Amino acid sequence: MRNKIITVDEAMEYIKDGSRLMIGGFMSVGTPEILMDAIVKKGVQNLTVIANDSGTLDTGIGKLISAKQVKCLIASHIGLNAETGKQMTSGELEVDLVPQGSLAEKIRAGGAGLGGVLTPTGIGTEVERGKKKIILDQKEYLIELPLKAEVALIRGSIVDKSGNVYYNATTKNFNPLMATAADTVIVAAEKIVEDGELDPNCIMTPGIFVDYIVGGES
Amino acid sequence: MTTAKEIIARRVAKELKDGDVVNLGIGLPTLVSNYLPEGINITLQAENGILGMGELCVQGEEDVDCVNAGAQHVTIRKGGSFFDSAMSFSIIRGGHVDVTVLGALQVDETGTLASHIVPGKMVPGMGGAMDLVVGAKKVIIATTHTAKGSPKILKKINLPATAVGKVNLIVTELAVIEVTDEGFVLKEIAENTTIDEVKKLTDAELVVSSNLMIMPK
Repeated sequence: MRNKIITVDEAMEYIKDGSRLMIGGFMSVGTPEILMDAIVKKGVQNLTVIANDSGTLDTGIGKLISAKQVKCLIASHIGLNAETGKQMTSGELEVDLVPQGSLAEKIRAGGAGLGGVLTPTGIGTEVERGKKKIILDQKEYLIELPLKAEVALIRGSIVDKSGNVYYNATTKNFNPLMATAADTVIVAAEKIVEDGELDPNCIMTPGIFVDYIVGGES
Repeated sequence: MTTAKEIIARRVAKELKDGDVVNLGIGLPTLVSNYLPEGINITLQAENGILGMGELCVQGEEDVDCVNAGAQHVTIRKGGSFFDSAMSFSIIRGGHVDVTVLGALQVDETGTLASHIVPGKMVPGMGGAMDLVVGAKKVIIATTHTAKGSPKILKKINLPATAVGKVNLIVTELAVIEVTDEGFVLKEIAENTTIDEVKKLTDAELVVSSNLMIMPK
């Protein structure tokens, strides 16, 4: 079996200027911080980031925002990071706000081979703009198209060497969805264990989705 | 003295039934769980992926992996569960949340809510609010009656809509107002106000219920 464990520096070879990334986490809980720090250190620019939110000034995706490495952010909420709002207002950062449930389904659709999803969320609001609508059984829906990325950066609580992931408590959020929707998936593990140590019943992301594993020290 | 927020939270709590699955928005709505009537147990849902959410953690006893949708450390009750965002919004959008309680910038007589954006001033994003308002079986708005004297309960909202025609009930420190097909119906007023005062502070027509009650303290 191919060894999936690499160093953080090796993981950074997949992150380039202009890369389109999905980054897991909800207000930085479940965000792979060691990979955020490494991206800041590498200094790549013009990133497109798909994530639930932009963290805070000095946590999670906020680190990339503060370092002005993000050109385009697709997220549901940016309210707890004033810097994101500032860069959006000044025109440095393009922000596409998507309802949180629609964001989850767009990513799920991207990973599940679906052409999109139909949702009532956003009907009659600014979210409709530029999107097709469809009426089924007298109910109106928006067609939300799938999202995919070049690289997904996720965080797992326990990861075995095959890449099977268990996420503790509320660190799941967008992580298992993003693991399905990118060309390359890198998981930052809190703990790495041997194959067989994770009960197959408790695995939330099957190892086939995971290309590389970093971390495991803490 | 009881504050406006306490009055609102206490009154909203009376709308909740034993066994309800409830999502409380950040801020004022969060206070509702402090005033549940005796014998009423509800299951709190948070959109970041919890059912059966418990109390805020005592400092020093936090599980860093367990937060609510406002990123505060919380506990989980026995019988609770954690799940990912797709499941969380299947619960929300799929009609499995009995009641959502949210704040408002404006709400109008068609039940249309504006709560997530003031263009050019406050652009935090909608987060889960649009899905919650569309999907919950009952939408209760918990808000002060005016924004420093300026009416928030209107004939037609003038801020961007969060969801169209979905609000069922509005609870303020002065009144309880139901949204019906015929517009706003004033169901209750606070002891220390009058119908005229409530009408003056509301920028829409209010039909006074034939069974108008005084808001319980």
